[in-house]
Amino acid sequence: MKMLRLHDLSFRYKIPLRGSVLVLITALLVTASLIFREYDELRQDLATTSGHLGRVLANTLVAPLTHDDPWRAYEIINSPFHGGPPEVSPQTAALVMVLDANQRVFVATDPKQYPMLSDPSRANTDFYELWQAVAKYNDPDTRAVEVKGSETIYMVTPIISDGVRLGTLIMGYSKSAFLPRFFGIAKRAGLITVAVLVLLLPASWYWGQRFAKPLVDLAHNMGRIGKEIPVDEDIRIYESKDEIGQLGAAFKGMLQGLREKQALEREVMVSERLAAVGRLASGVAHEINNPLGGMLNAISTYRRHGNDDPLAARTLSLVERGLVQIKDTVSALLVESKMQSHHLTRQDIEDTHTLVQIDANRKRVRFDWRNGIDETLPLPSTLVRQVLINLMLNAIQAAPREGSVACSVEREGQALRVRVGNNGDYIPQERMEHLFEPFSTQREGGHGLGLWVTYQIVQQLGGEITAESVPEETRFTVTLPLAEAA
Amino acid sequence: MDRRTFLALSAAASALPLLAQAQTNAAVRIGLSPVFLDDQLSFLNDWRDYLQGRIGRAVRFVQRGSYREIMDLLLDQKLDFAWICGYPYVRHKAKLQLLAVPVSDGRPQYRSYLIVPASDTQTGSILDLRGKVFAYSDPDSNSGFLYPRYALMQLKENPDRFFAKTFFTWAHRKIVEAVGSNLAQGGAVDSYVWETLRIYHPELTERTRIVEKSPYFGHTPVVARDGVSRMEFDAMQEALLGMSQSVAGKDLLKRLNLDGFVTGEDALFDGIARMMRALNGKI
Repeated sequence: MKMLRLHDLSFRYKIPLRGSVLVLITALLVTASLIFREYDELRQDLATTSGHLGRVLANTLVAPLTHDDPWRAYEIINSPFHGGPPEVSPQTAALVMVLDANQRVFVATDPKQYPMLSDPSRANTDFYELWQAVAKYNDPDTRAVEVKGSETIYMVTPIISDGVRLGTLIMGYSKSAFLPRFFGIAKRAGLITVAVLVLLLPASWYWGQRFAKPLVDLAHNMGRIGKEIPVDEDIRIYESKDEIGQLGAAFKGMLQGLREKQALEREVMVSERLAAVGRLASGVAHEINNPLGGMLNAISTYRRHGNDDPLAARTLSLVERGLVQIKDTVSALLVESKMQSHHLTRQDIEDTHTLVQIDANRKRVRFDWRNGIDETLPLPSTLVRQVLINLMLNAIQAAPREGSVACSVEREGQALRVRVGNNGDYIPQERMEHLFEPFSTQREGGHGLGLWVTYQIVQQLGGEITAESVPEETRFTVTLPLAEAA
Repeated sequence: MDRRTFLALSAAASALPLLAQAQTNAAVRIGLSPVFLDDQLSFLNDWRDYLQGRIGRAVRFVQRGSYREIMDLLLDQKLDFAWICGYPYVRHKAKLQLLAVPVSDGRPQYRSYLIVPASDTQTGSILDLRGKVFAYSDPDSNSGFLYPRYALMQLKENPDRFFAKTFFTWAHRKIVEAVGSNLAQGGAVDSYVWETLRIYHPELTERTRIVEKSPYFGHTPVVARDGVSRMEFDAMQEALLGMSQSVAGKDLLKRLNLDGFVTGEDALFDGIARMMRALNGKI
């Protein structure tokens, strides 16, 4: 449970914590190596000093051993202890012992534990292993011997006279006498570690915060996905090529993809709705169109047979006007693409400009006209002209007085592209979604079918129409493929 | 030249007035052995000054590592007087003159103490030390060598085999140290030295325990070599015997833990002579 909670910590805390742990580990390792070195040096010192002492004592002990004079030997091995205070120093032997040629105690500074003539290994098993280690040496050099698991370092000097081994001098140095030195080092190292931690903790805290901040932001922003798509400005990840920078870039890329997908879905939804509305509208229009034609024919026939009843004539005229209005509306809904028409020429396009010029002039709109077509294109001229006129009239309508309208018609590869823009009011997003639906714009003087018809024509020609509206510019772009030319 | 010739020549030489004159001016040579605490150098200086004042001649103390060396010097006429043990005195009585005997504890006698480490609370007699390590003081010592061996013989033991190991410390004081430190599990020590140490170095005697006390023997005598002039002998004897009569002398005696010196008689050493005869040929 505790581990899990540690695991769940924010990077803001994890990084400084890990930094501290690293500092601690480093301090421990450095301290350990210092202590190890100190231990080594102490051993070296010990080997040097006790080496001298060992050689001197061993030489002096030759006579007492040859004369079997334990008291003299006892006085000799006790001499290093005389005179000084009985302090525990690493350099003072805790035990000095002389073994005779049979490895029995000849004399020891602690006769109680190591009585004369006794086998020292019975009092302390160290001596058994010690003996195994030194039995073969036959030169008067002092050697350090460490027995595994023993608290004592033994300095062993064979006592040799004229090549004959008379006995062995053993000096035992307590390792625990080293401890105060080690504690001293550990204490100093501990203080330095604390000082380093005091210096490094704020730094590692700062770096941890810096490192974690973008990640925390990123995590927060990712959590928002689903409810909304965060905008790029919310993602404050510094620009860099390191992993966090890459992560930020990838995240932004992903958000862009999501936004595109969302836009695409919305478009698909809109066009499906438009298609459904189109089917409904044309179905209804056809159903109305058939009886309508019959009714208008009947009125025409009645007039031809000459009946001068003025009331009837007036009534019929009223009915006919109404029927004609219905027919206009219905035929606007029925976009006839199969209508025979010639291929689009430059003049067809120029004509549309001339047609809308009157309206533009009336409103004193600055009209920026560009016609980039100077060849005949395999597109039905009537429909293209209707699209152009619709869009231009809409633009003039939308433009403020003395505003501006721009129209360009160009060929771009295997397509005709028409752009019509104005500087009129900006179309809000919620209206954009229903822009191409019939009767969506209930403007005065229009039936709200202009854009609907335009959309239908573009769809039938296999092209596409898009609208963009930002403040100061609303622009429609129509792209029509030149299928037959391909 | 053998000893006899040497002695004869020396005697002849001392008869010569010129040489005698030279000898009178030479220092009196007094041999000291560890029958007392002879390692107190400042005391020895004071005692020498005292003796020089009393006999009117320079005094030179001569110390050696063992009784035997002092005895050899004395018998070689290289010393005039010496403070020795009763055992060598009995052995070489023919060539020595008894000058004075110290008095401690009211009597011109002392004993041999059998001591063991204080931590040893079991040992009740020397027989309990069979197979142990035993410390003797000097092969020429009565209390520290002759008596314990005699005692073992009286107990029908062979003193050469009774102990696992024996060694000499060459001084009574060091017997106390060796036993106190457990180096030896037993030791024989001069009662006068042990009692004196108990006063001046109780930390040493505290670490030992007395198990047995021997009968009294003649105290460690001060002797003159063969051939010391009567005048010299008398001057020296008077100086020692008179110590208890002067303030300075009393002070020195106090430091020695002695009541004084008396002339003493040979009979004092009969006990030692008896033991020596009993052990004769076996030491």
